[in-house]
Amino acid sequence: MSTALLHTGTHEKKAVLTKKKLLPYWLLAPGIVWLVIFFLVPIYQLISTSTQTQGFGIGTYVQTYRFANFIDAISSSRAQLLRSFEYAFLATVFALIISYPLAYAVAFKSGRWKNTLLVLIVAPFFCSFLLRTVAWEQILGEQGLVIKLLRFLHIFGAQDHLTATPFAVVAGLTYNFLPFMTLPLYASLERIDIRMMEASGDLYANALTTFRKVTVPLSMPGVVAGTLLTFIPAAGDYINAELLGNPGTKMIGNVIEARYLAIVDYPGAAALSLILMVTILILVMAYVKRAGTEELV
Amino acid sequence: MSKFSRWFSRNLIRIYAVIGFTYLFLPIIYTFAFSFNNSKKSNLVWIGFTWNNWLNPCGAPDVCNALGNSLKIGVLATFFATVLGTLMAFAMGRYAFRGRSIVNILIFLPMATPEIVMGASLLTMFISFGFNPGFWTIVIAHVMFCISFVVVTVKARIASLDPRLEQAAMDLYADERETFRRVTFPLVAPGIAAAALLAFSLSFDDFIITNFNSGDVNTFPKFVYISAQRGLPPQANVIGSSMFLIALIIVLVGQFVGRKRAGVR
Repeated sequence: MSTALLHTGTHEKKAVLTKKKLLPYWLLAPGIVWLVIFFLVPIYQLISTSTQTQGFGIGTYVQTYRFANFIDAISSSRAQLLRSFEYAFLATVFALIISYPLAYAVAFKSGRWKNTLLVLIVAPFFCSFLLRTVAWEQILGEQGLVIKLLRFLHIFGAQDHLTATPFAVVAGLTYNFLPFMTLPLYASLERIDIRMMEASGDLYANALTTFRKVTVPLSMPGVVAGTLLTFIPAAGDYINAELLGNPGTKMIGNVIEARYLAIVDYPGAAALSLILMVTILILVMAYVKRAGTEELV
Repeated sequence: MSKFSRWFSRNLIRIYAVIGFTYLFLPIIYTFAFSFNNSKKSNLVWIGFTWNNWLNPCGAPDVCNALGNSLKIGVLATFFATVLGTLMAFAMGRYAFRGRSIVNILIFLPMATPEIVMGASLLTMFISFGFNPGFWTIVIAHVMFCISFVVVTVKARIASLDPRLEQAAMDLYADERETFRRVTFPLVAPGIAAAALLAFSLSFDDFIITNFNSGDVNTFPKFVYISAQRGLPPQANVIGSSMFLIALIIVLVGQFVGRKRAGVR
Protein backbone atom coordinates (compact mmCIF):
# COMPACT_ATOMS: atom_id res chain seq x y z
CA MET A 1 0.00 0.00 0.00
CA SER A 2 2.54 2.61 1.02
CA THR A 3 5.09 1.30 -1.45
CA ALA A 4 2.92 3.01 -4.05
CA LEU A 5 4.23 6.26 -2.60
CA LEU A 6 7.71 5.32 -3.69
CA HIS A 7 6.81 5.32 -7.34
CA THR A 8 4.88 8.54 -7.50
CA GLY A 9 6.18 12.07 -7.61
CA THR A 10 9.12 13.63 -9.38
CA HIS A 11 12.43 12.05 -10.10
CA GLU A 12 14.02 14.21 -7.45
CA LYS A 13 11.62 13.05 -4.75
CA LYS A 14 12.23 9.48 -5.72
CA ALA A 15 15.94 10.02 -5.30
CA VAL A 16 15.45 11.29 -1.75
CA LEU A 17 13.44 8.22 -0.84
CA THR A 18 15.92 5.87 -2.46
CA LYS A 19 18.68 7.39 -0.41
CA LYS A 20 16.64 6.56 2.67
CA LYS A 21 15.98 3.06 1.56
CA LEU A 22 18.41 1.65 4.08
CA LEU A 23 17.55 3.98 6.96
CA PRO A 24 14.48 2.12 8.25
CA TYR A 25 16.48 -1.09 8.35
CA TRP A 26 19.24 0.58 10.35
CA LEU A 27 16.63 1.90 12.77
CA LEU A 28 15.01 -1.50 13.09
CA ALA A 29 18.17 -3.60 13.23
CA PRO A 30 19.09 -3.39 16.94
CA GLY A 31 15.53 -4.06 18.14
CA ILE A 32 15.01 -6.87 15.66
CA VAL A 33 18.31 -8.50 16.60
CA TRP A 34 17.27 -8.35 20.26
CA LEU A 35 13.83 -9.83 19.60
CA VAL A 36 15.24 -12.56 17.37
CA ILE A 37 17.95 -13.63 19.82
CA PHE A 38 15.90 -13.36 23.00
CA PHE A 39 12.41 -14.16 21.75
CA LEU A 40 12.48 -16.23 18.55
CA VAL A 41 15.57 -18.32 19.29
CA PRO A 42 14.24 -19.22 22.77
CA ILE A 43 10.91 -20.24 21.24
CA TYR A 44 12.87 -22.42 18.81
CA GLN A 45 14.78 -23.90 21.77
CA LEU A 46 11.46 -24.54 23.49
CA ILE A 47 10.17 -26.38 20.41
CA SER A 48 13.33 -28.42 20.20
CA THR A 49 13.27 -29.27 23.93
CA SER A 50 9.65 -30.39 23.77
CA THR A 51 10.54 -33.58 21.89
CA GLN A 52 13.59 -34.54 23.94
CA THR A 53 13.83 -37.38 26.43
CA GLN A 54 15.78 -37.94 29.60
CA GLY A 55 19.46 -38.67 29.11
CA PHE A 56 21.89 -39.73 31.80
CA GLY A 57 21.23 -37.98 35.08
CA ILE A 58 18.54 -35.59 36.20
CA GLY A 59 18.19 -32.46 34.11
CA THR A 60 20.07 -33.77 31.07
CA TYR A 61 18.02 -34.39 27.97
CA VAL A 62 18.77 -35.66 24.49
CA GLN A 63 16.89 -35.01 21.27
CA THR A 64 14.88 -38.06 20.27
CA TYR A 65 11.99 -36.41 18.41
CA ARG A 66 9.54 -38.00 20.77
CA PHE A 67 6.30 -36.31 19.79
CA ALA A 68 4.43 -38.48 22.28
CA ASN A 69 5.66 -35.93 24.86
CA PHE A 70 2.76 -33.79 23.76
CA ILE A 71 0.24 -36.57 24.29
CA ASP A 72 1.74 -37.31 27.71
CA ALA A 73 1.63 -33.65 28.62
CA ILE A 74 -2.00 -33.26 27.62
CA SER A 75 -3.18 -36.44 29.27
CA SER A 76 -1.41 -35.67 32.54
CA SER A 77 -2.55 -32.03 32.72
CA ARG A 78 -5.82 -31.93 30.84
CA ALA A 79 -7.74 -30.68 33.87
CA GLN A 80 -5.37 -27.76 34.51
CA LEU A 81 -5.26 -26.86 30.83
CA LEU A 82 -9.04 -26.72 30.53
CA ARG A 83 -9.30 -24.91 33.86
CA SER A 84 -6.89 -22.21 32.69
CA PHE A 85 -9.03 -21.40 29.67
CA GLU A 86 -12.22 -21.60 31.72
CA TYR A 87 -10.92 -19.22 34.40
CA ALA A 88 -9.39 -16.87 31.83
CA PHE A 89 -12.68 -16.81 29.92
CA LEU A 90 -14.71 -16.09 33.07
CA ALA A 91 -12.26 -13.38 34.19
CA THR A 92 -12.45 -11.78 30.73
CA VAL A 93 -16.25 -11.76 30.77
CA PHE A 94 -16.37 -10.30 34.29
CA ALA A 95 -13.73 -7.72 33.43
CA LEU A 96 -15.77 -6.68 30.37
CA ILE A 97 -18.97 -6.37 32.42
CA ILE A 98 -17.22 -4.32 35.11
CA SER A 99 -15.12 -2.21 32.73
CA TYR A 100 -17.65 -1.19 30.12
CA PRO A 101 -19.78 1.08 32.35
CA LEU A 102 -16.61 2.38 33.98
CA ALA A 103 -15.01 3.28 30.65
CA TYR A 104 -18.34 4.73 29.50
CA ALA A 105 -18.58 6.91 32.62
CA VAL A 106 -15.04 8.21 32.17
CA ALA A 107 -15.48 8.83 28.44
CA PHE A 108 -18.84 10.59 28.53
CA LYS A 109 -19.83 11.59 32.06
CA SER A 110 -16.67 12.80 33.74
CA GLY A 111 -16.41 16.36 32.37
CA ARG A 112 -13.22 18.09 33.41
CA TRP A 113 -12.24 15.16 35.66
CA LYS A 114 -11.64 12.96 32.62
CA ASN A 115 -7.83 12.98 32.69
CA THR A 116 -7.66 12.51 36.44
CA LEU A 117 -10.05 9.54 36.31
CA LEU A 118 -8.03 8.07 33.48
CA VAL A 119 -4.91 8.22 35.65
CA LEU A 120 -6.88 6.57 38.46
CA ILE A 121 -7.79 3.66 36.19
CA VAL A 122 -4.12 2.97 35.46
CA ALA A 123 -3.04 3.80 39.01
CA PRO A 124 -3.50 0.28 40.47
CA PHE A 125 -0.70 -0.78 38.12
CA PHE A 126 1.66 1.48 40.05
CA CYS A 127 1.23 -0.73 43.10
CA SER A 128 2.95 -4.08 42.80
CA PHE A 129 0.84 -6.81 41.17
CA LEU A 130 1.91 -9.25 43.87
CA LEU A 131 1.20 -6.88 46.73
CA ARG A 132 -2.32 -6.32 45.40
CA THR A 133 -2.90 -10.05 45.17
CA VAL A 134 -1.57 -10.58 48.67
CA ALA A 135 -3.84 -7.75 49.83
CA TRP A 136 -6.87 -9.53 48.33
CA GLU A 137 -5.72 -12.73 49.99
CA GLN A 138 -5.79 -10.92 53.31
CA ILE A 139 -8.99 -8.93 52.69
CA LEU A 140 -10.88 -12.11 51.79
CA GLY A 141 -8.91 -14.35 54.14
CA GLU A 142 -9.76 -15.88 57.48
CA GLN A 143 -8.50 -12.85 59.42
CA GLY A 144 -10.17 -10.36 57.07
CA LEU A 145 -13.22 -8.24 57.66
CA VAL A 146 -15.28 -9.57 54.75
CA ILE A 147 -15.46 -13.11 56.03
CA LYS A 148 -16.16 -11.96 59.58
CA LEU A 149 -19.03 -9.82 58.33
CA LEU A 150 -20.47 -12.67 56.26
CA ARG A 151 -20.24 -15.03 59.23
CA PHE A 152 -21.75 -12.45 61.55
CA LEU A 153 -24.71 -12.12 59.18
CA HIS A 154 -24.96 -15.92 59.02
CA ILE A 155 -24.57 -15.86 55.25
CA PHE A 156 -21.43 -17.90 55.75
CA GLY A 157 -20.97 -20.70 58.24
CA ALA A 158 -17.72 -21.45 60.05
CA GLN A 159 -16.71 -23.98 57.38
CA ASP A 160 -17.25 -21.61 54.43
CA HIS A 161 -14.29 -19.77 52.95
CA LEU A 162 -13.66 -17.08 50.40
CA THR A 163 -9.98 -17.72 49.78
CA ALA A 164 -8.71 -21.06 48.56
CA THR A 165 -11.72 -21.26 46.26
CA PRO A 166 -12.20 -21.06 42.46
CA PHE A 167 -14.22 -17.90 43.13
CA ALA A 168 -11.20 -16.18 44.68
CA VAL A 169 -8.93 -17.18 41.79
CA VAL A 170 -11.33 -15.86 39.14
CA ALA A 171 -11.91 -12.70 41.20
CA GLY A 172 -8.17 -12.18 41.50
CA LEU A 173 -7.64 -12.65 37.76
CA THR A 174 -10.51 -10.27 37.02
CA TYR A 175 -9.12 -7.64 39.32
CA ASN A 176 -5.50 -7.87 38.26
CA PHE A 177 -6.10 -7.51 34.54
CA LEU A 178 -9.01 -5.05 34.74
CA PRO A 179 -7.08 -1.96 33.53
CA PHE A 180 -6.05 -3.93 30.41
CA MET A 181 -9.76 -4.09 29.62
CA THR A 182 -10.80 -0.61 30.72
CA LEU A 183 -8.12 1.34 28.83
CA PRO A 184 -8.77 0.06 25.28
CA LEU A 185 -12.53 0.30 25.93
CA TYR A 186 -12.10 3.89 27.00
CA ALA A 187 -9.91 4.64 23.98
CA SER A 188 -12.52 3.37 21.53
CA LEU A 189 -15.50 4.95 23.34
CA GLU A 190 -13.74 8.29 23.57
CA ARG A 191 -13.17 8.29 19.80
CA ILE A 192 -16.92 7.99 19.08
CA ASP A 193 -18.42 11.14 17.63
CA ILE A 194 -21.13 12.25 20.06
CA ARG A 195 -23.17 13.45 17.07
CA MET A 196 -23.66 9.83 16.03
CA MET A 197 -25.49 9.16 19.28
CA GLU A 198 -27.45 12.40 18.97
CA ALA A 199 -28.43 11.49 15.42
CA SER A 200 -29.70 8.16 16.66
CA GLY A 201 -31.81 9.97 19.26
CA ASP A 202 -33.13 12.37 16.63
CA LEU A 203 -34.25 9.35 14.62
CA TYR A 204 -36.45 8.30 17.56
CA ALA A 205 -34.19 5.62 18.97
CA ASN A 206 -34.44 5.44 22.75
CA ALA A 207 -31.35 5.39 24.95
CA LEU A 208 -31.14 1.61 25.01
CA THR A 209 -31.46 1.24 21.24
CA THR A 210 -28.85 3.94 20.71
CA PHE A 211 -26.51 2.11 23.05
CA ARG A 212 -27.14 -1.24 21.39
CA LYS A 213 -27.06 -0.11 17.77
CA VAL A 214 -24.59 2.79 17.84
CA THR A 215 -22.36 2.82 20.90
CA VAL A 216 -21.60 -0.90 21.18
CA PRO A 217 -20.79 -1.49 17.49
CA LEU A 218 -18.55 1.57 17.38
CA SER A 219 -16.70 0.43 20.50
CA MET A 220 -16.00 -3.05 19.12
CA PRO A 221 -12.27 -2.42 18.43
CA GLY A 222 -11.88 -1.61 22.13
CA VAL A 223 -13.81 -4.73 23.13
CA VAL A 224 -11.62 -6.91 20.93
CA ALA A 225 -8.35 -5.37 22.14
CA GLY A 226 -9.48 -5.42 25.78
CA THR A 227 -10.64 -9.03 25.78
CA LEU A 228 -7.37 -10.14 24.17
CA LEU A 229 -5.22 -8.15 26.57
CA THR A 230 -7.12 -9.69 29.50
CA PHE A 231 -7.49 -13.25 28.25
CA ILE A 232 -3.88 -13.87 27.21
CA PRO A 233 -2.16 -12.98 30.48
CA ALA A 234 -4.98 -14.52 32.53
CA ALA A 235 -4.64 -17.89 30.78
CA GLY A 236 -0.92 -18.07 31.52
CA ASP A 237 -1.05 -16.68 35.04
CA TYR A 238 -0.24 -18.79 38.07
CA ILE A 239 0.16 -16.22 40.81
CA ASN A 240 -3.55 -15.86 41.50
CA ALA A 241 -4.06 -19.61 41.53
CA GLU A 242 -1.10 -19.98 43.88
CA LEU A 243 -2.02 -17.23 46.35
CA LEU A 244 -5.82 -17.29 46.21
CA GLY A 245 -6.55 -20.88 45.23
CA ASN A 246 -6.19 -24.41 46.54
CA PRO A 247 -4.63 -27.54 45.02
CA GLY A 248 -7.87 -28.06 43.10
CA THR A 249 -7.64 -24.70 41.34
CA LYS A 250 -4.17 -25.15 39.86
CA MET A 251 -3.83 -23.69 36.39
CA ILE A 252 -1.50 -24.66 33.57
CA GLY A 253 0.98 -21.98 34.67
CA ASN A 254 1.36 -23.72 38.02
CA VAL A 255 2.08 -27.01 36.28
CA ILE A 256 4.63 -25.50 33.90
CA GLU A 257 6.35 -23.65 36.73
CA ALA A 258 6.54 -26.75 38.91
CA ARG A 259 7.82 -28.94 36.07
CA TYR A 260 10.49 -26.42 35.18
CA LEU A 261 11.71 -25.17 38.51
CA ALA A 262 10.88 -27.98 40.93
CA ILE A 263 10.73 -31.27 39.01
CA VAL A 264 13.26 -30.25 36.30
CA ASP A 265 11.17 -31.98 33.62
CA TYR A 266 12.11 -29.59 30.80
CA PRO A 267 10.59 -31.50 27.88
CA GLY A 268 7.22 -31.89 29.62
CA ALA A 269 7.19 -28.23 30.62
CA ALA A 270 8.24 -27.15 27.13
CA ALA A 271 5.50 -29.26 25.55
CA LEU A 272 2.88 -27.74 27.85
CA SER A 273 4.17 -24.21 27.17
CA LEU A 274 3.89 -24.80 23.43
CA ILE A 275 0.40 -26.23 23.78
CA LEU A 276 -0.62 -23.15 25.76
CA MET A 277 0.97 -20.76 23.28
CA VAL A 278 -0.41 -22.43 20.16
CA THR A 279 -3.91 -22.73 21.64
CA ILE A 280 -3.90 -19.06 22.54
CA LEU A 281 -2.61 -18.04 19.12
CA ILE A 282 -5.31 -20.10 17.38
CA LEU A 283 -8.03 -18.68 19.62
CA VAL A 284 -6.71 -15.15 19.09
CA MET A 285 -6.56 -15.50 15.31
CA ALA A 286 -10.03 -17.04 15.09
CA TYR A 287 -11.41 -14.33 17.36
CA VAL A 288 -9.72 -11.46 15.54
CA LYS A 289 -10.89 -12.83 12.21
CA ARG A 290 -14.48 -13.06 13.44
CA ALA A 291 -14.35 -9.61 14.99
CA GLY A 292 -12.90 -8.26 11.77
CA THR A 293 -10.11 -6.10 13.18
CA GLU A 294 -6.90 -6.33 11.22
CA GLU A 295 -4.43 -3.85 12.64
CA LEU A 296 -3.58 -4.75 16.22
CA VAL A 297 -0.22 -3.10 16.62
CA MET B 1 -39.17 9.12 46.83
CA SER B 2 -39.81 9.69 43.15
CA LYS B 3 -37.37 12.56 43.30
CA PHE B 4 -34.79 10.19 44.73
CA SER B 5 -35.42 7.49 42.16
CA ARG B 6 -35.13 10.02 39.34
CA TRP B 7 -31.86 11.27 40.80
CA PHE B 8 -30.75 7.66 41.17
CA SER B 9 -31.48 6.67 37.59
CA ARG B 10 -29.91 9.83 36.21
CA ASN B 11 -26.76 9.29 38.24
CA LEU B 12 -26.68 5.52 37.95
CA ILE B 13 -23.54 5.51 35.86
CA ARG B 14 -21.79 7.88 38.25
CA ILE B 15 -22.75 5.78 41.27
CA TYR B 16 -21.45 2.78 39.39
CA ALA B 17 -18.18 4.58 38.67
CA VAL B 18 -17.71 5.34 42.38
CA ILE B 19 -18.24 1.66 43.24
CA GLY B 20 -15.89 0.64 40.41
CA PHE B 21 -13.10 2.90 41.59
CA THR B 22 -13.58 1.75 45.18
CA TYR B 23 -13.12 -1.82 43.98
CA LEU B 24 -9.99 -0.84 42.06
CA PHE B 25 -8.47 0.91 45.05
CA LEU B 26 -9.53 -1.37 47.90
CA PRO B 27 -6.35 -3.50 47.93
CA ILE B 28 -4.19 -0.41 47.57
CA ILE B 29 -5.87 1.32 50.50
CA TYR B 30 -5.46 -1.90 52.44
CA THR B 31 -1.75 -2.10 51.55
CA PHE B 32 -1.28 1.53 52.55
CA ALA B 33 -3.15 1.16 55.84
CA PHE B 34 -1.25 -1.96 56.84
CA SER B 35 2.07 -0.24 56.15
CA PHE B 36 1.40 1.54 59.47
CA ASN B 37 0.66 -1.67 61.31
CA ASN B 38 2.77 -2.33 64.37
CA SER B 39 3.29 -5.99 63.53
CA LYS B 40 6.50 -7.90 63.85
CA LYS B 41 6.48 -10.67 61.30
CA SER B 42 3.18 -11.59 59.76
CA ASN B 43 1.15 -8.54 58.81
CA LEU B 44 -2.28 -10.18 58.89
CA VAL B 45 -4.10 -8.66 61.85
CA TRP B 46 -4.23 -5.02 62.85
CA ILE B 47 -2.22 -4.57 66.03
CA GLY B 48 -1.64 -0.86 66.37
CA PHE B 49 -0.51 2.29 64.62
CA THR B 50 3.18 3.04 64.24
CA TRP B 51 5.50 5.21 62.12
CA ASN B 52 8.33 2.74 62.62
CA ASN B 53 7.93 0.89 59.33
CA TRP B 54 8.08 4.12 57.35
CA LEU B 55 11.05 5.39 59.39
CA ASN B 56 12.87 2.12 58.88
CA PRO B 57 11.82 0.69 55.49
CA CYS B 58 14.86 -1.59 55.35
CA GLY B 59 13.99 -3.10 58.71
CA ALA B 60 12.99 -6.47 57.33
CA PRO B 61 15.81 -8.73 56.15
CA ASP B 62 16.44 -8.73 52.38
CA VAL B 63 13.71 -6.27 51.48
CA CYS B 64 16.02 -3.40 50.48
CA ASN B 65 18.43 -5.69 48.70
CA ALA B 66 15.49 -6.92 46.60
CA LEU B 67 14.26 -3.38 46.04
CA GLY B 68 17.72 -2.23 45.00
CA ASN B 69 17.96 -5.01 42.42
CA SER B 70 14.51 -4.20 41.08
CA LEU B 71 15.38 -0.52 40.70
CA LYS B 72 18.70 -1.25 38.97
CA ILE B 73 17.11 -3.76 36.62
CA GLY B 74 14.22 -1.38 35.97
CA VAL B 75 16.49 1.53 35.02
CA LEU B 76 18.73 -0.59 32.76
CA ALA B 77 15.82 -2.36 31.07
CA THR B 78 13.94 0.90 30.59
CA PHE B 79 16.96 2.57 29.01
CA PHE B 80 17.68 -0.18 26.49
CA ALA B 81 14.04 -0.93 25.69
CA THR B 82 13.23 2.76 25.20
CA VAL B 83 16.18 3.35 22.87
CA LEU B 84 15.62 0.21 20.79
CA GLY B 85 11.83 0.59 20.76
CA THR B 86 11.89 4.29 19.81
CA LEU B 87 14.21 3.63 16.86
CA MET B 88 11.85 0.88 15.69
CA ALA B 89 8.83 3.11 16.17
CA PHE B 90 10.34 5.79 13.91
CA ALA B 91 11.05 3.20 11.24
CA MET B 92 7.52 1.78 11.49
CA GLY B 93 5.81 5.16 11.75
CA ARG B 94 7.74 7.01 9.07
CA TYR B 95 9.03 4.76 6.32
CA ALA B 96 7.73 2.40 3.73
CA PHE B 97 9.96 -0.62 3.38
CA ARG B 98 9.90 -4.26 2.40
CA GLY B 99 9.22 -6.77 5.15
CA ARG B 100 7.07 -4.37 7.10
CA SER B 101 4.38 -6.89 7.93
CA ILE B 102 6.91 -9.45 9.16
CA VAL B 103 8.39 -6.84 11.49
CA ASN B 104 4.87 -6.02 12.63
CA ILE B 105 4.28 -9.66 13.54
CA LEU B 106 7.63 -9.85 15.34
CA ILE B 107 6.62 -6.83 17.44
CA PHE B 108 3.14 -8.19 18.11
CA LEU B 109 4.16 -11.74 19.07
CA PRO B 110 5.81 -11.01 22.45
CA MET B 111 2.66 -9.17 23.51
CA ALA B 112 0.47 -12.12 22.49
CA THR B 113 2.65 -14.71 24.19
CA PRO B 114 1.86 -15.60 27.80
CA GLU B 115 4.64 -14.54 30.14
CA ILE B 116 5.17 -18.06 31.36
CA VAL B 117 5.99 -19.22 27.82
CA MET B 118 8.52 -16.43 27.34
CA GLY B 119 10.04 -17.06 30.76
CA ALA B 120 10.27 -20.80 30.20
CA SER B 121 11.69 -20.51 26.69
CA LEU B 122 14.35 -17.99 27.69
CA LEU B 123 15.42 -20.22 30.55
CA THR B 124 15.57 -23.17 28.16
CA MET B 125 17.91 -21.20 25.92
CA PHE B 126 20.12 -19.94 28.75
CA ILE B 127 20.44 -23.47 30.11
CA SER B 128 21.22 -25.06 26.77
CA PHE B 129 23.93 -22.47 26.11
CA GLY B 130 25.33 -23.08 29.59
CA PHE B 131 24.44 -19.57 30.78
CA ASN B 132 23.76 -19.21 34.49
CA PRO B 133 20.66 -17.12 35.16
CA GLY B 134 21.28 -14.03 37.29
CA PHE B 135 21.16 -10.23 37.23
CA TRP B 136 21.95 -9.76 33.52
CA THR B 137 19.61 -12.47 32.31
CA ILE B 138 16.80 -10.59 34.09
CA VAL B 139 17.80 -7.35 32.34
CA ILE B 140 17.93 -9.12 28.96
CA ALA B 141 14.48 -10.65 29.52
CA HIS B 142 12.95 -7.36 30.63
CA VAL B 143 14.32 -5.44 27.64
CA MET B 144 12.85 -8.16 25.39
CA PHE B 145 9.28 -7.91 26.67
CA CYS B 146 9.33 -4.11 27.09
CA ILE B 147 10.44 -3.30 23.51
CA SER B 148 7.05 -4.07 21.93
CA PHE B 149 5.17 -1.87 24.39
CA VAL B 150 7.60 1.00 23.72
CA VAL B 151 7.17 0.61 19.95
CA VAL B 152 3.37 0.65 20.20
CA THR B 153 3.31 3.69 22.51
CA VAL B 154 5.82 5.81 20.55
CA LYS B 155 4.34 4.79 17.19
CA ALA B 156 0.92 5.98 18.32
CA ARG B 157 2.42 9.36 19.18
CA ILE B 158 4.22 9.60 15.81
CA ALA B 159 1.01 8.71 13.99
CA SER B 160 -0.91 11.44 15.80
CA LEU B 161 1.52 14.21 14.74
CA ASP B 162 0.22 16.84 12.38
CA PRO B 163 2.44 16.51 9.24
CA ARG B 164 1.89 20.20 8.51
CA LEU B 165 4.14 21.13 11.43
CA GLU B 166 7.10 19.43 9.80
CA GLN B 167 6.18 20.81 6.39
CA ALA B 168 6.10 24.28 7.92
CA ALA B 169 9.61 23.78 9.31
CA MET B 170 10.84 22.66 5.90
CA ASP B 171 9.15 25.65 4.26
CA LEU B 172 11.09 27.85 6.67
CA TYR B 173 14.33 26.40 5.27
CA ALA B 174 15.09 23.94 8.05
CA ASP B 175 16.90 20.94 6.62
CA GLU B 176 15.81 17.45 7.51
CA ARG B 177 18.13 17.08 10.43
CA GLU B 178 17.10 20.39 11.92
CA THR B 179 13.42 19.64 11.38
CA PHE B 180 13.85 16.40 13.22
CA ARG B 181 15.84 17.93 16.05
CA ARG B 182 13.69 21.03 16.61
CA VAL B 183 10.21 19.93 15.56
CA THR B 184 9.68 16.19 15.25
CA PHE B 185 11.63 14.99 18.24
CA PRO B 186 10.23 17.50 20.77
CA LEU B 187 6.74 16.60 19.60
CA VAL B 188 7.37 12.86 19.99
CA ALA B 189 9.19 13.28 23.31
CA PRO B 190 6.08 13.01 25.54
CA GLY B 191 5.30 9.68 23.87
CA ILE B 192 8.84 8.48 24.55
CA ALA B 193 8.52 9.58 28.19
CA ALA B 194 5.23 7.71 28.52
CA ALA B 195 6.79 4.63 26.94
CA ALA B 196 9.75 4.79 29.34
CA LEU B 197 7.40 5.05 32.31
CA LEU B 198 5.42 2.09 31.03
CA ALA B 199 8.60 0.06 30.47
CA PHE B 200 9.82 0.84 33.96
CA SER B 201 6.58 -0.17 35.61
CA LEU B 202 6.38 -3.38 33.54
CA SER B 203 9.94 -4.24 34.50
CA PHE B 204 9.60 -3.30 38.15
CA ASP B 205 6.39 -5.30 38.52
CA ASP B 206 7.35 -8.38 36.55
CA PHE B 207 7.34 -11.62 38.44
CA ILE B 208 6.76 -14.59 36.14
CA ILE B 209 9.55 -14.07 33.59
CA THR B 210 11.88 -12.88 36.36
CA ASN B 211 11.18 -15.92 38.50
CA PHE B 212 12.32 -18.17 35.66
CA ASN B 213 15.45 -16.25 34.74
CA SER B 214 16.77 -14.84 38.00
CA GLY B 215 18.73 -17.71 39.54
CA ASP B 216 19.20 -16.68 43.16
CA VAL B 217 19.04 -12.92 42.52
CA ASN B 218 16.17 -11.45 44.51
CA THR B 219 13.79 -8.78 43.17
CA PHE B 220 11.00 -6.98 44.95
CA PRO B 221 8.10 -9.01 43.42
CA LYS B 222 10.07 -12.19 44.10
CA PHE B 223 10.56 -11.09 47.69
CA VAL B 224 6.81 -10.51 48.09
CA TYR B 225 5.97 -13.87 46.55
CA ILE B 226 8.39 -15.81 48.70
CA SER B 227 7.52 -14.07 51.96
CA ALA B 228 3.76 -14.16 51.25
CA GLN B 229 3.85 -17.81 52.19
CA ARG B 230 5.25 -17.09 55.66
CA GLY B 231 3.77 -13.68 56.25
CA LEU B 232 4.74 -10.42 54.60
CA PRO B 233 6.63 -7.87 56.71
CA PRO B 234 4.99 -4.40 56.82
CA GLN B 235 8.10 -2.94 55.16
CA ALA B 236 6.92 -4.49 51.91
CA ASN B 237 3.73 -2.45 52.25
CA VAL B 238 5.81 0.68 52.85
CA ILE B 239 7.80 0.12 49.67
CA GLY B 240 4.71 -0.76 47.63
CA SER B 241 2.86 2.32 48.89
CA SER B 242 5.78 4.65 48.22
CA MET B 243 6.28 3.31 44.68
CA PHE B 244 2.56 3.83 44.12
CA LEU B 245 2.64 7.41 45.40
CA ILE B 246 5.82 8.30 43.47
CA ALA B 247 4.40 6.98 40.21
CA LEU B 248 1.10 8.76 40.79
CA ILE B 249 2.88 12.06 41.46
CA ILE B 250 5.07 11.70 38.34
CA VAL B 251 2.02 11.08 36.15
CA LEU B 252 -0.05 13.87 37.67
CA VAL B 253 2.83 16.37 37.42
CA GLY B 254 3.40 15.26 33.82
CA GLN B 255 -0.25 15.91 33.04
CA PHE B 256 -0.16 19.27 34.74
CA VAL B 257 2.96 20.33 32.81
CA GLY B 258 1.43 19.06 29.57
CA ARG B 259 -1.76 21.04 30.14
CA LYS B 260 0.22 24.16 31.02
CA ARG B 261 2.27 23.91 27.86
CA ALA B 262 -0.88 23.39 25.83
CA GLY B 263 -2.40 26.43 27.54
CA VAL B 264 0.57 28.64 26.68
CA ARG B 265 0.27 27.66 23.05
